[in-house]
Amino acid sequence: MTNKKDEILHDHNHDGIDRRGFLKCMAWAGTGTLCVIQGGVLKSFALDRTSDPGGAAAKGELSFVQLSDSHMGFNKPANTDVAATFQAAIDKVHGLATPPEFLLHTGDISHLSKPEEFDTVDQMLRNTGKETFFVPGEHDMLNDDGKQFMERYGKGSKGSGWYSFDKKGVHFVGLVNVMNLKAGGLGSLGHEQIEWLEDDVKHLKSSTPIVVFAHIPLWSVYPEWGWGTEDSAQALAYLKKFGSVTVLNGHIHQIMQKVEGNVTFHTAASTAFPQPEPGKAPSPGPMKVPAEQLRSYLGVTDVNYVQGQHALAVVDSKLG
Amino acid sequence: MRIRVCIARLAVPVLAAAMLLFVTAKSSMVVKAQQAPAAMEVKIDNFSFGPAAITVSAGTTVTWINRDDIPHTVVSDDKIFKSKVLDTDEKFSYTFSKPGTYPYFCSVHPKMTGKVVVQ
Repeated sequence: MTNKKDEILHDHNHDGIDRRGFLKCMAWAGTGTLCVIQGGVLKSFALDRTSDPGGAAAKGELSFVQLSDSHMGFNKPANTDVAATFQAAIDKVHGLATPPEFLLHTGDISHLSKPEEFDTVDQMLRNTGKETFFVPGEHDMLNDDGKQFMERYGKGSKGSGWYSFDKKGVHFVGLVNVMNLKAGGLGSLGHEQIEWLEDDVKHLKSSTPIVVFAHIPLWSVYPEWGWGTEDSAQALAYLKKFGSVTVLNGHIHQIMQKVEGNVTFHTAASTAFPQPEPGKAPSPGPMKVPAEQLRSYLGVTDVNYVQGQHALAVVDSKLG
Repeated sequence: MRIRVCIARLAVPVLAAAMLLFVTAKSSMVVKAQQAPAAMEVKIDNFSFGPAAITVSAGTTVTWINRDDIPHTVVSDDKIFKSKVLDTDEKFSYTFSKPGTYPYFCSVHPKMTGKVVVQ
């Protein structure tokens, strides 16, 4: 807010869900952009230019942090020490002006679904003393169709690990879109999960803020690279009556935002390694950046809910 | 008469020798095939199978090798073959004994698809 030149201001949401108001803000973590959404207004300004990221701009009734794509076990040139960068993300959480209520991990906890990879992340998260909610990424379901993930994190969940919970009047829904993927296809929720979602939200008041989190984006980021979920529109149709829906995803290792009608979509940076912008490389493989720049591509997302306002404030912080 | 008998006596060993030669030649061909069975390699690179479509003869062993920094799998659409997850430089092989078309994909990144045609 200190520098008008770096600020993007869009008022998109005054007339509710029928308006196909469309806002797309691509904020690459590498450029250090802070995004705050409050009352349906998105403000985006360079992180470097604000002295208080996640501070006064994002105070509210409820705040939580999204971590994503820790890929514990990855050791290729793009990042040979993913434990260190995950720890840096956790340190960033400790440094937030408003302590988060809890943490969300939106999948790819491990790189190869090895028990020791999950153990490392679990131990590091336990040290935060924060309650953490998980949804699986495809890297967490390798070789055993998610059996291990369910044993570790699936207690009380339905199907392949979906569930919901409430915090301070906000309804959170964790969805699984990395199971039973079909040849040539995208992420998939499946009929059973979508029916469960319909039932899960049908008794809620339309004024209830909804936060949906899942690994693969629930919007079509770049289908050519599989960055989307084939049946997400069906799921989102059941959320049309709500005034405020925020969708948090990981998977694509970069920050992207889009607002469509009542829904704000947000993807988080990875704590492990960056991936290229859609179509800007031959493949979505890990992007090798100069070592001194790596942490500027990685990050954490801090989400703040202000009671009485329509949307959540989403703040992305880079690690270095 | 004597001459004819002689020819007949000669003809038998000649024929036997020819048969022996034929059998020997055939068995040496079999041995040769066993020493170097038909093989084909498919590279996994940049989130794609290369070549994505191959045509091989029955009995060919196809080996996939992952050259990416990200793990992949090789899974037949019809669940005829299924690799474990392949980390960088890991391989998976399958021998195709029956003719047919075998479409496959990476179950981690299902946009990655390929096909083996066995003749």
